[in-house]
Amino acid sequence: MASLKDMRNRIASTKATQKITKAMQMVAASKLRRAQAAAEIARPYAERMDRVFANIAAGMAGSDSAPKLLGGTGRNQVHLLIVATGERGLAGAFNSSIVRLARDHANRLIAEGKEVKILTVGRKGYEQLRRNYEKNIVDRVELRSVRVLGFVNAQEIGEKVTAMFERGEFDVATLFYSRFKSVISQIPTAQQLIPAAPAADSAAPQVYYEFEPDEEDILAEFLPRYIATQIFRALLENNASFYGSQMSAMDNATRNAGEMIRKQTLTYNRTRQAMITKELIEIISGAEAL
Amino acid sequence: MATFHFDLVSPEKLVFSGDVQQVDVPGSEGDFGVLAEHAPLIAMLRPGIVTIYGDSGPTRVVVSGGFAEVNPESLTILADSAVPLDQFERATLTAMIDEAQAALAAATDDRTRDRLADRLDQLKALDASIAGGTAAAH
Repeated sequence: MASLKDMRNRIASTKATQKITKAMQMVAASKLRRAQAAAEIARPYAERMDRVFANIAAGMAGSDSAPKLLGGTGRNQVHLLIVATGERGLAGAFNSSIVRLARDHANRLIAEGKEVKILTVGRKGYEQLRRNYEKNIVDRVELRSVRVLGFVNAQEIGEKVTAMFERGEFDVATLFYSRFKSVISQIPTAQQLIPAAPAADSAAPQVYYEFEPDEEDILAEFLPRYIATQIFRALLENNASFYGSQMSAMDNATRNAGEMIRKQTLTYNRTRQAMITKELIEIISGAEAL
Repeated sequence: MATFHFDLVSPEKLVFSGDVQQVDVPGSEGDFGVLAEHAPLIAMLRPGIVTIYGDSGPTRVVVSGGFAEVNPESLTILADSAVPLDQFERATLTAMIDEAQAALAAATDDRTRDRLADRLDQLKALDASIAGGTAAAH
């Protein structure tokens, strides 16, 4: 049986753990606020981009000269999965749930006889996918050194993806990330990135736009930016989701540690009392024997 | 004078949103002014200065390219970056010019080279106009 000293040590170590999880929870809470604010101020751009895109796409509808980024390659053979996860763990099921969604998707595609390529964004996703899909991973992006997520980060990924598409390395690209619904609810989401499709709810009004320069030139410039914006939005959502998830995970951990400390203290006190009683009995029986 | 709604957004934030009388936009094919009831138009921007004529006198904002969507009720500018002229630092622009120059030197095919040369010219023109503006102000 563990000695009293061992038990005291164990209680002290559980308390230290609780302090750490408590601190992590508070850090996550403040980072979450910042991440949410960042997602908030980026929203107008993405929304208006959607609207403009819907207008341009409507203007191009039915045209044969639509760029491939919009119309697709006409094939559906090679799929690129862009899996965006966090850089760190200790955030509950955040990383695993994104990876699971991507893995299910990949398995389904492989079962259908399609070719799957994976681009991971974030270290955790890479580590988890490497086990089963080492040969499918074509590239990976790490954002570990990035302190504040900027549009340039999304643009770099976007350029990478567009360049791959232009080299004909895939037909369809799908983006996996976690949508931030609330602090306790983050939804792993798959979103088709290429061929780009305007959001269903931003139905284009029946207005005929003039284009300057012409549609094709505008689209050629516009689509990469549209894709980068989609990635940027996903990354921001992911960031907020990560901290939300981490916050609730750490809140749970703190509560569990509290429960554990309570139980350990109880056992400790019981053992201590039992020992005192035992010693007393020994003294008394010793005195009686005299 | 009739007003219309104007939004100036960059990926990171909403820079301007409100009712204005007129906005001058640096289009890729040339500057154009937008008043209320303008015909629907989608235009590409070059690096330049957007001038907003609102209630509080003209406001100038430096944009580094992007898109403008015009319809009779509103104007939306999706800028790659947008910084008010009085907060704009020329060092940023100088860095962009250097970058464009380096990219131009590295370009291999004619089409990219044309595009980059255009961009470089536009950046230089913007630099010159900002320099002129500040010189005039002093």
